[in-house]
Order: sequence, then C-alpha cells, then structure tokens
Amino acid sequence: MNKQLLLGAEAIAQAALDAGISGVYAYPGTPSTEITQFIQQSLQARDSGVRSKWSANEKTAYEAALGMSYAGKRALVCMKHVGLNVAADAFMNSAITGVHGGLVVVVADDPSMHSSQNEQDSRVYGKFAMIPVLEPSNQQETYDIVRYAFDLSEDIKLPVLLRIPTRLSHSRAVVAGAEAIPQNQLAPTQEKNRWILLPVNARKGYHSLLEKQAQLIILSEFSKFNKVIPGTGDKAVIAFGIAYNYVMEVIRTYNLNIPVLKLSQYPLPEKKMSEFTEKYREILVAEEGYPVYEELLKGFFGDTKFRGRLDSTLPRTGELSPNILAKALGVKTNDEQAVPSIVAPRPPMLCKGCSHRDLFDALVGAMESYPQRHVFGDIGCYTLGALSPYNAISTCVDMGASVTMAKGAADAGLFPAVAVIGDSTFTHSGITGLLDAVNDKSAVTVIISDNGTTAMTGGQDSSGSGKYYDICKGIGVDESHIREIVPLKRNFEENVRVMKEEFEYDGVSVIISRRECVQRIKSKE
Amino acid sequence: MNKNIIISGVGGQGILTIASIIDLAAMNLGLNVKQAEVHGMSQRGGAVESHLRLSSDEIFSDLIPEGKADLILSIEPMESLRYLPFLSPGGVIITATEPYVNIANYPEEEKLLGTIAGSANHVFVNADLLAKEAGSAKSYNVVMLGAAAPYLDIATEELEKAIGMFFNRKGEEMVNLNIKAFRLGLANSLNE
Ligand SMILES: Cc1ncc(C[n+]2csc(CCOP(=O)(O)OP(=O)(O)O)c2C)c(N)n1
Ligand code: SF4
Repeated sequence: MNKQLLLGAEAIAQAALDAGISGVYAYPGTPSTEITQFIQQSLQARDSGVRSKWSANEKTAYEAALGMSYAGKRALVCMKHVGLNVAADAFMNSAITGVHGGLVVVVADDPSMHSSQNEQDSRVYGKFAMIPVLEPSNQQETYDIVRYAFDLSEDIKLPVLLRIPTRLSHSRAVVAGAEAIPQNQLAPTQEKNRWILLPVNARKGYHSLLEKQAQLIILSEFSKFNKVIPGTGDKAVIAFGIAYNYVMEVIRTYNLNIPVLKLSQYPLPEKKMSEFTEKYREILVAEEGYPVYEELLKGFFGDTKFRGRLDSTLPRTGELSPNILAKALGVKTNDEQAVPSIVAPRPPMLCKGCSHRDLFDALVGAMESYPQRHVFGDIGCYTLGALSPYNAISTCVDMGASVTMAKGAADAGLFPAVAVIGDSTFTHSGITGLLDAVNDKSAVTVIISDNGTTAMTGGQDSSGSGKYYDICKGIGVDESHIREIVPLKRNFEENVRVMKEEFEYDGVSVIISRRECVQRIKSKE
Repeated sequence: MNKNIIISGVGGQGILTIASIIDLAAMNLGLNVKQAEVHGMSQRGGAVESHLRLSSDEIFSDLIPEGKADLILSIEPMESLRYLPFLSPGGVIITATEPYVNIANYPEEEKLLGTIAGSANHVFVNADLLAKEAGSAKSYNVVMLGAAAPYLDIATEELEKAIGMFFNRKGEEMVNLNIKAFRLGLANSLNE
C-alpha cells in the first residue's frame, strides 16, 4: 500500500479512515488536535462522508461517538489527557454499557506539560474503566494498532483506549497503510437493556465487564504488540509504549545486549510478565508518564528488583529521553556542552495586534481603582495575560473555572469578582457556571474575550461564534448588563468605563469583548 | 547513512518548511525519516525546535540524544545556542545572523555571534539579505536549507528536486525563486 510521511496523530487519523469510521468527534487540545484536523482535510473522508466537525467539548464528543456506535457504526473520539476528565462520566459508563460499532478513544498525554496544566497518565483511566489500553511505540505501529483496535472493540464489545504522548503525536515517520474497508451499515443495537443503566441492568453490565477481564488478559498474552527482544545477563528492561524507542536507541548506540520486554497492550499479560521477570535479578521499568505499572510490580512492600521512577533510577516526573535511559542503564555518555549563559529564555507571548492585549490593557486600567485586584482567568491564548506586562489574571485551573470560581469568590464577599474567559472555553464549560450565577444573583462580571476562534490550539472554528449575546440573554442575564466592546487602543477610555460600570452592578453582568484573532485573519487571506 | 539535525527558530518563523523539504529528498532516496515537531503553546513567539533524523537503518528514538546532533540549523542566532547540549563534538552550527528580538533581555549581537563562534564549527548566513536577492524575503528558510546542503550527505540535485516538489502547487515562478534562494545559501557556505 501507499507510504506517507505522517505525524503519529495523522497515522491515527489515516488508520481510522481505513478502518471504516463513519465519524470522528473531538474538541481541540494539544497534542491531539491534528488527528481530527487530518480527517477534516482528507479527500478520502470527504468522499466517504465521514463527519468531522468540532464538538463543543469532550463530553459531547464522547457521547456522540457512543451514539454512533449504538447505531452500529465505527466512531473515533479524540482529546487531550485533561479532556478525558471532562468526558469521564460518559467514558466510565460506556465501559458498563459496552459498545456496538467499534469505538476507539484516543487520549493524547502531555508528559513534561509542554502545553498543559498537568501530566496525568491516561492509562490510569484505562485501568479504572477496566477496558483494553493500547500504547504504540512508533508511527507505523500506531497505524497498525488503530486498525486492530477497531476490530478488538467490536469483538469484545468494549471501547478501546489508545494512549499516545506528545512526542509520538507530533513526530513524523514513514507509514505504510493497509487496504481500506467500507463503513458499517446502519444497524442499531438490539440489546436494549444493556444500554439502560438502571441499577438492575448496570449490575449485570458491571458483572459482564468483570467477566471479560480474563479474556482481555489472554488477548494481551498473545498480542503481537507485546514481545520479548532477547539478550543476555541478569538485568532486563520492561519498556512500555514510546519508552521502548529510547531503550532500543541506547541498546543500539552502545552495543548493549540487554533483554527487553516491550509492552503496548494492557491489561498486563500475566504469564508473559512472570516468565520474563523471574529470569532476571534486576529489572528497569521504563514508562512514559506515571509509574503506573512499576507501582503494581513493586507491590505494597516495595520489591527492590524493580527499578524506575519510584526509586530515582529514572526521574519521577517529565518525559523520558535517550540520555535519561542511558544513565539508568549505566552507560557513560559524553559530557555535553552546556547552554551558554548568554541565551535568554523566550517564553510564548501574545501576538502583536492580538485583541486580548487591548482587553487586558483596559482591564488593568479598570482594576486600578480597587484595592482587591483578583481576576479569575481561564485557558487559552489569553492565559498569557498572566505574564508581564499585564499580570492581569490570578488563576488558570480548568476550562470554565473562571466563571464559577469568580462566583464562589463573590459568594465569599470578594469585590469586584471578575472572570475572563475565551469564546471557545465559554461554550466548552462556561455556560452552566453562568447559569448558576444567574440563579444565585451573584455579583460577578464575566468578560468573554471573543476572537472568533479557538486560537490556542491553532485557530479552529469556535462552536458559539455569533451566538454569545443570545446565549447570555437566554440563560437570564439582564440585557442591560450584557455589554459589547471592541478591544482597540482608541477605545481604551470607553472600555475602562464600561468595565467599571459593570463591576459596580450588584448582579450578573457580561461584557463581550469582540475582535478577531489576527492569526485567524492571516490564515484566511 | 546517519544524520541528526536540530532545526531551531522562533514560533511563527516556519522552521518546518526546511524539515519538510529535507524529508521529501530523504524519502525519494529511500531513507528512513523521523521528525519531531513542536505544536501548541510555544508556537506563540516562543523558542521552537525540530529534531530531524535520517538514516539508512531503523530509527528508534524520535528525539536526538544529547551530544549526537551532526548539525544545528538555526534561522535565528540566539536559538542556535539553546540546543548546544545536543551538538556532537565535531558538529556544526549553521545559523542566520539576523536576530529576532521579541524579548527585553535579548543579548548584544556582537557578543552573541562571538559565543557561537567560540562554541563550535559554524557557518554564518545573512539569510535576510540573500532571500531578498533571490526575490522574496519569504525564501529565508530555503536560503538556510541551501547553506546546510553541503552538510546533509544528500546530493544537491536531490534537494533541488525536493524543492521543486514542495513548491510545485504554488507555480513555476515560486519554484524558480526558491531554487535561486537555495543556490545563494549554498554558495554562501561553499565560499566560507
Ligand atoms: C479540557 C480541556 N480541553 C482542551 C484543552 C485545550 N485548550 C486549551 S485552551 C483551548 C482553546 C481556547 O480557546 P478560546 O477560549 O477561544 O481562547 P483563545 O485561545 O482563542 O484565546 C483549548 C482547546 C484544555 N486545556 N482542557
Ligand atoms: S493566536 Fe490569536 S488569540 Fe492567540 S495570541 Fe495570537 S492573535 Fe492572540
């Protein structure tokens, strides 16, 4: 079949198309965004009518994918690691209902937090839901494993979780595709009770999930993605997912002959594990992310045979790398040159001409007259307003938290209680919080910085564009306190005045600050 | 054949154009390629780098190990030094000399170039000037590719062929302009 140079993310997309998906559902989030983007631009997807528009958030995406599975078709759902927190309710319960058409959940983790608030390891979610987890090591294996995942999902009637880290998602290699298969026909499930999670059915569903566990372990035992690379000596490595690449890089570079057990399909293959581990005196457990399986192998009493992140053989946090593995395997590497002190940090910053800049200028101006200067922030390009010269926001926790944290702080008596939230973040998770504030008549001012796009992740369409005024009005914000401003230098005085007026209002007010993202304008040209 | 190349610059400068053209040439030659990129937060004017690995053997790690890069190809001078720990003992820095100043504490230019010169074998390229000479300031990246060409172990005809493939859909004029930019960069290195 044809060979293409694909990002790990794109290999997932191509494989899912070839596996006959009828839809992809996703909300953008680094490092998962390129999967859906690839499908949106694919001629193959267009010709076969694969639906691919962005969802409002990860929960709506997940549920829609589950609905497509219910109808008998194959669906892909993609998100970044923290997105699974948002979709967790649907995710956990879909393990109890099970699936009908194949459902593959791709979760892209971000160890070292290149573009994220934390480095949570999605494999923990896989164990939590008791579903199969696949963790490929390279781009070709990613393609192959996605093809396998859809078959597996339909065979065992469970969603399958595919976990990839940033370095695999955002790295290209040559990938050979296999023949594409057609989409499933519409054939809704006939097993009605399994999908109605009333306690009586849910208990049955949970039992059935528990019963499947033995079968999942057998599948892992015989999985072609789990294999032993022979070697000699009494030390060995168990390498999970992408960690395998770093281990093999070191083994080849330094001509080592260490046996390696490569694992990419979980739950762990018990027999394979015990046969391998009992042969060696010392075993390095190399995992990208949390020491999830290292903890399991070490056990409560801390078996010292297993080395890894828990005993500082590997760093406790952050991404692995070939050099980290070289050190852990006792290889002496050359002393590298240090970064010369003349090199200054170059952090990300708001673009020149960005509308958020003028908004923050006005906001800082408006806050000046108050002794308490706390502004609840949210996630997006505008989070960079936390840095100088603005120092304009005090928090950034999770999507939508600006609105609800401002409300809680207002309830506690903070004045003024101000939230700044982006347009896409508002429709992702801000609306329900605003409804809480309306119902409680909380004295908050919510500033929606509407730049017409989901800019942080590369300028995707934003699901509420053109609807913010109506949304706020519709959930009960008094129209005289829905204000619209244009963030421009020449409107500075006017914008400061509008903000102050609304801060002083003892109730819910919304300021919609609207001007298009300059990168978005450029990309349209 | 084994080549490890760090390509560096500032988010928005378009370092991936260079990587894509080298990828095409390498694929035409049947080489294995791995290219780790930066997407996300740091693309907003922050420091960005790409790890590009070419080999006739299987490539395992997506990241170049520290001390194993044959080349740092930087389209911004300060950024060339940020990845110095990756450079191999005999490695070469090829960098554009025009600073991209978007921070307050950007180092003094003369000191910066002096530090680069003192750190490794190096080639300085006045890429802005050469790009304008080629006909468009935007061909900056291709000038830098030309400057790197003698160090890539890929024949220049293959690289020019790849430039042709890459710019093909933008028309013949764009192809010719970029070939010219490539040759100006190449001549700059050959005259060093
Ligand atoms: C649960 C969750 N999903 C996705 C993301 C990734 N993410 C961070 S900011 C952002 C987009 C924000 O867009 P918007 O609110 O419109 O602000 P802008 O970047 O346009 O300023 C996304 C998708 C995340 N951090 N958390
Ligand atoms: S991408 Fe758009 S929203 Fe983000 S900093 Fe640049 S102009 Fe502002």
